[in-house]
Amino acid sequence: MHDFFRQAASVLPIREDAPLAMTSTAKKKVELDRVVIRFAGDSGDGMQLTGSQFTYTSALLGNDIATLPDFPAEIRAPQGTLEGVSGFQVQIGAVDVHTPGDEADVLVAMNPAALRSNLKWLRPGGHLIVDLDDFEGKNLKRAGYDVDPLADGSLDAYSVTPAPITSLTKEALKGVALSTKGIVRCKNMFALGLVYWLFNRDPERTLAFIEEKFRKDDALVEANSKALLAGYNYADTIEALPSTFEVAPARIAPGIYRHIAGNQATAWGLLAAAERLESELFYASYPITPASDILHELSRHRGMGVVAFQAEDEIAAVCSAIGASFAGRLAVTASSGPGIALKGEGMGLAVMAELPLVIVDVQRAGPSTGLPTKTEQADLNIALHGRNGESPCIVLAASSPAQCFEAAYMAAKLAVEHMTPVILLTDGYLANGTEPWRIPNLDSMPDIRPQVPPAGTVVPFQPYLRDPEKLARYWALPGTPGLEHRIGGLEKEDVGGDISYDPANHQRMVDLRSEKVARVADVLPPQAVRGEQHGKVLVVGWGGTQGSLLTAVIELEAAGESVGLAHFQYLNPLPSNTEEVLSRFEHILVCELNSGQFARHLKSMFPNHRYHQLNKVQGLPFRVNEVKDRIMELCHG
Amino acid sequence: MAERAVEASDNATLTKDDFASDQIVRWCPGCGDYAILSAMQKALPDMGLAREDLVFVSGIGCAARFPYYLSTYGFHTIHGRGPAIATGVKLANPKLSVWEIQGDGDALAIGGNHFIHALRRNIDINILLFNNEIYGLTKGQYSPTSQQGLITRSTPYGSLERPFSAGEVALGAQATFFARTIDTNVKLMSAIFSEAEQHRGTSLVEVLQNCIIYNDKTHALVTGKEHRDDYQLHLEHGKPMLFGKDSSKGLRLKGLGLEVVTLGEDGVTEADILVHDARDPNPTLHQMLVRMRPPEMPMALGVIRAVAAPTYDQELASQLADSQARAKIRSVKDLLHSGETWEVS
Repeated sequence: MHDFFRQAASVLPIREDAPLAMTSTAKKKVELDRVVIRFAGDSGDGMQLTGSQFTYTSALLGNDIATLPDFPAEIRAPQGTLEGVSGFQVQIGAVDVHTPGDEADVLVAMNPAALRSNLKWLRPGGHLIVDLDDFEGKNLKRAGYDVDPLADGSLDAYSVTPAPITSLTKEALKGVALSTKGIVRCKNMFALGLVYWLFNRDPERTLAFIEEKFRKDDALVEANSKALLAGYNYADTIEALPSTFEVAPARIAPGIYRHIAGNQATAWGLLAAAERLESELFYASYPITPASDILHELSRHRGMGVVAFQAEDEIAAVCSAIGASFAGRLAVTASSGPGIALKGEGMGLAVMAELPLVIVDVQRAGPSTGLPTKTEQADLNIALHGRNGESPCIVLAASSPAQCFEAAYMAAKLAVEHMTPVILLTDGYLANGTEPWRIPNLDSMPDIRPQVPPAGTVVPFQPYLRDPEKLARYWALPGTPGLEHRIGGLEKEDVGGDISYDPANHQRMVDLRSEKVARVADVLPPQAVRGEQHGKVLVVGWGGTQGSLLTAVIELEAAGESVGLAHFQYLNPLPSNTEEVLSRFEHILVCELNSGQFARHLKSMFPNHRYHQLNKVQGLPFRVNEVKDRIMELCHG
Repeated sequence: MAERAVEASDNATLTKDDFASDQIVRWCPGCGDYAILSAMQKALPDMGLAREDLVFVSGIGCAARFPYYLSTYGFHTIHGRGPAIATGVKLANPKLSVWEIQGDGDALAIGGNHFIHALRRNIDINILLFNNEIYGLTKGQYSPTSQQGLITRSTPYGSLERPFSAGEVALGAQATFFARTIDTNVKLMSAIFSEAEQHRGTSLVEVLQNCIIYNDKTHALVTGKEHRDDYQLHLEHGKPMLFGKDSSKGLRLKGLGLEVVTLGEDGVTEADILVHDARDPNPTLHQMLVRMRPPEMPMALGVIRAVAAPTYDQELASQLADSQARAKIRSVKDLLHSGETWEVS
């Protein structure tokens, strides 16, 4: 088989002038509702770029989409090693797609290490495309293969296409003014061309992208374009691929769409809130995976007046944000678990000073440094309880990459309207995942009304005088004559705000701060249930697991099972109908990527229900099938 | 954001008393902090700033109670974090005059990182460092400025650590303004606070302050009547470095160091005496002045370094103005529709 491909390579015609999409010979087309493709290679192989190009092209054709980049923590681990493998998975659908998919239908593996670490994601019978040139000697050894897996029959369960991608790329780019190294780096475009052919995608859009991206370097434009077309034509020529696949456009709501990743959506949601508040955003953070992209995104927008401040450490980040909040800005800090731990004291100060502050925790697998690039939902406890003293914060969680926009907006709204810190939980899976997003009409976003001191405010200003309904104090800004006041971390006398060690006053203030946060439930939307509204099993989830849980519930409901999903966005306080929702079902199955933190929270508040748990801490999202299996056990157990 | 329209206060009529809050001052009787507060209240009316435009931020410690005793905006925060909070206040509203009050433990131990980075950024805030070489509020443990061998409750056998010199740390962090004063000289403190306010960039003022309970007379060599003429060198920009009774002593260079000489002895005249240049960007001589300690040398007081340099907040403001003038994306709506979009009908 190897020889056949090498032969095909040597006679490969490069037909630059042929109309691309129409060149195909009568090939067998297979119509699919959805398909999952996984690109894997060395972290220097450009797999993220390859994957995102395929994603964009498919989105433009109207497919629904969800992606999951899966990259190593090392920037450039030694070439060819398992540690250095970078992956990108995308699910495209003619129907609604809520996850990047449990298993891949097609795996592109650019070297033996990529194959070895990614084969587990390929479903039996799936298509495997490998760069044949890399399957030899030391590369096999580095990946831990004693025998060539292409030759020993271990891949018999898959439909394998071993294409000599590197040598074909070299051949195609003969005469291009690039070093051999530079030419070899274009092999990802060759692979992309191959996949475009397989899925009947026109490479035109990527050609335009290449032209734009490398506009300062003609040789790179030529090399990447040629490699892309060579891959496409090669696939068309060899007729070795059994069939091509067609995924029709999804039926999605009309509107203007774009792609958005979770961290980008978080940044934009904060900007939208600042704009509505007529305040310039103050954002302070210290670089940390996987939160740094929020800093990068906001740093670009000086033109919108954003101050994105890279502080000397996590503590300075939260503290400078508190200072900015005191001075009247919408102030935000973000981090991931280790940084959130460091910010605890500062968050307590914001609780005590009753200042608005948004803290974004882009969760990653812990404890300690944990798995920096892998996802987890194990920071719920620290968000709910991770400060000294009685120190309640509002806690909410985003449920999909695009939903980070709304969640960030709401976090900011609640912070300034209730004069309290708000913790927004996202996670690595949401942060880096992308999906198409119908651009919202900003005018339809709820208004944000800060706690401006009302007309007739008594002078001297009483910093702990509260709005009688919400119990929020007022935001009096330095620079405003007559409202000079002092606040701080020591317990304050009710209303007047002087330091007070009075026992009864401390009790009253602790109760007031707690009641203030509890009353936020009055303005929250009631908890909705998807699927069956009452019955046997209620799946309960929160945050970034929504896609998997929803897919599982929809599929089982369609199969006639009595199952519903309550996916929580507001975790503290909980929506006021929470207990009523739980009481409508016989079994409550709490699914989360931790050891049961939300389950414990619910059990302690609403003990009279039959709780079950599905927990996973592998740094990976739920697979739809594992959720379905657990639900089925409860439905029929 | 909507601000309340209240008439701006008229600073011209303000006096020292207008800057006192209604709080009872709760430092120990005889504490040096009283004099520092008084000097500040005295200096504030002369700075020409409205009360509402002043913000005093502090961390934790005896010194950190300072904001409660002033009638301006104030924020008493957490241990060591004052410079970070003050940075946020200043960046959020650059029009404010932001003051940050620290003790030696707050600035140089738990908050050392924020302290050096504020100085390095040269953000336009004023830091007052009350240096009593001891932890007072936690009841008498050694601090990062305590002299080696000091017996305290946490060092019953004597402190093993070499002390930090606040000025050396500051100059190492590229401070553009460093002044030193003493709590026994209200006039000097007031004058230096005003100079600190005038300086654009981070101003650090070290106040040698006495803790009457846990480290009494720690600065006695400098402040005590019997030695003060010989151990206090009052630096003024452009003036010769003279000190001693009748200004009979002075400093001159000897090799790569400084030496004390007496006018009239060994043919020394005023022409041999170094002239203080606080504005010299080269910090070498400032470092030497900062390091001097009695009894070998006098303690340098006054403005030791005041160098003009771009400030973080000014540079940020110009980047913001420049970006805003050239921005293609001016609203969130522009942003949402930027880049690749497609329509589904």
